[in-house]
Amino acid sequence: MVEVGLFIPCYVDQFYPRVGLSTVELLERQGVKVDFPQEQTCCGQPMANSGCFADAAPLARNFLSIFSRYRYVVCPSGSCTSMVRNHYRNLLPDGPELNEMRGKVYELCEFLHDVLKVQLRGRFPHRVGLHQSCHGLRELRLGAGSERRIDGFDKIRDLLSGLEGIELVQLARPDDCCGFGGTFAVYEEAVSCAMGKDRIADHESAGAEIIAGADMSCLMHLSGLLQRQKKPIRVMHVAELLEEATV
Amino acid sequence: MANSRELILSALRSAEPTPIPLPDVSGVGVRYPDVRQQFAKAVADVGGRCVLLSAPEMLDEALSSLAEYAQAKRVASLVPGVRKANVELADVEDAHDLHDLDVCVLPGELGVAENGAVWIREGASGNRAGWFLAQHMVLVLPGASIVHDMHQAYERIDAGARGFGIFISGPSKTADIEQALVIGAQGPRSCTVCVIG
Amino acid sequence: MSSTYALRQPTTDIDGTSMPAAREHAPTGAATNHARPHEHAQKAAAFVANDARLHWHDQAIWFLRGKRDRVSSAVPDWEQLRSAAEQIKAHTLSQIAEYLEQFERKAIQLGAQVHWARDADEHNRTVHSLLAERGVQRVVKSKSMLTEECHLNPYLEERGIEVVDTDLGERIVQLRREPPSHIVMPAIHLKKEEIGELFHQQLGSEKALSDPKLLTEIARQHLRQKFLAAQATISGVNFAIAETGGFVVCTNEGNADLGTSLPPLHIACMGVEKVVPRLKDLPVFLRLLARSATGQPITSYTSHFLGPRRGAELHIVIVDHGRSGILRREEYRRSLHCIRCGACMNTCPVYRRSGGHSYGVTVPGPIGSVLAPHINPAAHSSLPFASTLCGSCSDVCPVKVDLHHQLLVWRGELGRAGLVPFSKRVASKLGGWILARTWAYRFFGKLGRWFLARLPRAVVYNRWNVWGRQRELPAPPRESFREMYGRRRGQ
Repeated sequence: MVEVGLFIPCYVDQFYPRVGLSTVELLERQGVKVDFPQEQTCCGQPMANSGCFADAAPLARNFLSIFSRYRYVVCPSGSCTSMVRNHYRNLLPDGPELNEMRGKVYELCEFLHDVLKVQLRGRFPHRVGLHQSCHGLRELRLGAGSERRIDGFDKIRDLLSGLEGIELVQLARPDDCCGFGGTFAVYEEAVSCAMGKDRIADHESAGAEIIAGADMSCLMHLSGLLQRQKKPIRVMHVAELLEEATV
Repeated sequence: MANSRELILSALRSAEPTPIPLPDVSGVGVRYPDVRQQFAKAVADVGGRCVLLSAPEMLDEALSSLAEYAQAKRVASLVPGVRKANVELADVEDAHDLHDLDVCVLPGELGVAENGAVWIREGASGNRAGWFLAQHMVLVLPGASIVHDMHQAYERIDAGARGFGIFISGPSKTADIEQALVIGAQGPRSCTVCVIG
Repeated sequence: MSSTYALRQPTTDIDGTSMPAAREHAPTGAATNHARPHEHAQKAAAFVANDARLHWHDQAIWFLRGKRDRVSSAVPDWEQLRSAAEQIKAHTLSQIAEYLEQFERKAIQLGAQVHWARDADEHNRTVHSLLAERGVQRVVKSKSMLTEECHLNPYLEERGIEVVDTDLGERIVQLRREPPSHIVMPAIHLKKEEIGELFHQQLGSEKALSDPKLLTEIARQHLRQKFLAAQATISGVNFAIAETGGFVVCTNEGNADLGTSLPPLHIACMGVEKVVPRLKDLPVFLRLLARSATGQPITSYTSHFLGPRRGAELHIVIVDHGRSGILRREEYRRSLHCIRCGACMNTCPVYRRSGGHSYGVTVPGPIGSVLAPHINPAAHSSLPFASTLCGSCSDVCPVKVDLHHQLLVWRGELGRAGLVPFSKRVASKLGGWILARTWAYRFFGKLGRWFLARLPRAVVYNRWNVWGRQRELPAPPRESFREMYGRRRGQ
């Protein structure tokens, strides 16, 4: 039986608990034993993002000590997973514990796709705009991306492909950034919101009812804009979508 | 007292990382099923005009059907057989006097199918200012000289000998004003490439 | 040995002198060595405020990205080319001194004269003395980002030399007395009507013209006179080939070729990183450059200069200006691969929506943001933060500069140097303290949600709530994930 340590991003824990529950549900349906170590808090990305590496380093050390005991660590966030896999080396010296963790920390979709190799079947008769969160796409390579000239692939799309009735709308800019960017959302508020509004306009033109993605941070930003503008489009994390669709 | 050259070189030397080998680039490149056809298409794509001729004797007739040549008063040609040629580049003492050239006909050594470029070296005639001052440019090259890509081109040309050489791909152009493509910027307004054979 | 000439203290501006660059980027008269941590954000906000112009600019730049996408799709070995280009540059940097010496030796054999300049000031003095010694008063210049970086134009103009930028976009911004906003399309921030008005004011053309063809024709006639009257030409260098001592200049307009074929003096300015080892390395870069920059398979003119023209002089000025310092820094070294194509700018969602002038530096966008802080970290401390680290730039870069990783490394460096704004540092310290303690995290998380659910809207969405200006905050759930999960597990 596959056993995983569940890593829930701080803002998901506090503001989007259903995403965490959907994550657990999806994993348990595949027969995975999920353990949620209570001591966890945050991967340290907000501090590192601000250039305050010294404030982030203790959180990185905590993360390693909490999660090292697991064979796999799974997290429903591309940017938090990338923080651990790609950027902890900016915060901590090289070492066996860090190197091992880099090989065993997974974002949820890549875990379902690459490790469990699931073929999910279900029904989700909605027009969905897939938002390609940048860190998941370009740092974890969940998909080929629009920039590189390589054979196309998209792990999230693959996971959704078994859902009857789902229509993934065609966007004008399939992977332009939403503008969240962590502290960027506050410190460069004008550009951040301009970027988010453009994403929304793209999804609207394409006829999306739901914007789905694998990073709740992007969706939090888009949802904030949608709600302020009182637009009917709603956001869903891919975990929530898959849980609902594959009941 | 070390001079700037010494200071720069020693700063660079002391900063150099551990040596990394040069990569083997023999694997890159592109091949086309029909190089002449691809070349003609590429010339058109870059805003030029490509004319396929079977023999050099047909050059003047082909040129005569071009409005810019038919109306030209001052024509320079480094290619034989151009009847209207009345300016000898080699004899011009001051290149500034070429400012009113209408057409300049030049011999290309080689053509590149991937991008419609033609390689020309400035020979003994000099005065290459005329090439760019002329309102219209004509390039003439043998069909057999067309290669697939730039890698092949650099294998064949001599881009190391003293002087000036240039790849010319189409007419001068700019998109600096609201990205509207304007053919004919500072240099020649048109580029006609005559492929012989 | 360490050469003290390489400026590492942030006490002088990008040109290495204490002369204010006020005419270009700094506020008038202000010293340019103080921290400007919010500069990009402030200028960007002003840019964004004009919604119509914002979208027009974004679409215009995205159009360039689209052209790059289409043309690169037709190149089956595109990714191999990128890898080859990256490796050639990495190799060259590991032996750069040797290659530059070889280049110099060969260039001299071909009859060129080679000069070396440690910084912008020496570059400017070198160029000026070459001109002054020959009594030159009228110069034409084709595009060189290096000469822009060194602020050469104002230096020469102050000494009575007329410098005409002959690239159309550059001439336009020169006439407007403003810096270029993009390294390949300098006037992309301007509408054709504005250019029509500019030409009417400065070149005496008819009022209210806006047809790009007509405006280009006006510029053609105007610049033609300048080429014919020029006594010297200054050009950049796209690639300097060590094997031959020759160098290559890539243009579309024909301005470099007109400029370098008429006057008796050609001065070519190059950064040390422009050298490539052999002729056979050139096609790798030439196949990537124009496709990445403008979506063309190659520029109209790819000119190879090997020694001076008959009866003319050729001078090559090799410039360091901080590059050896970058070479020394392993984390930033790959930024020296840059071939100045501008693809990173074209794809950058932030550049597209803030414009080149928001960066306050000669080269803007992602590459500008990793280059500028080397010379003056304080003045340019906002730039590495003018990014969401989306990574698109790194994936379009033809020479695979790891731009978005370097931006993050810069953030850490600026953080350690105390150049991160106070509010960020405080928030980070506080956040770090809370998040390092599970009890504090749980306590303050719950407290925050409790208050958020009960405070009146006007209190929550106060004027300090920057998030709340245009966005709703997420609705605070009664229970956190761990509380719900714990309850489910009966704990």
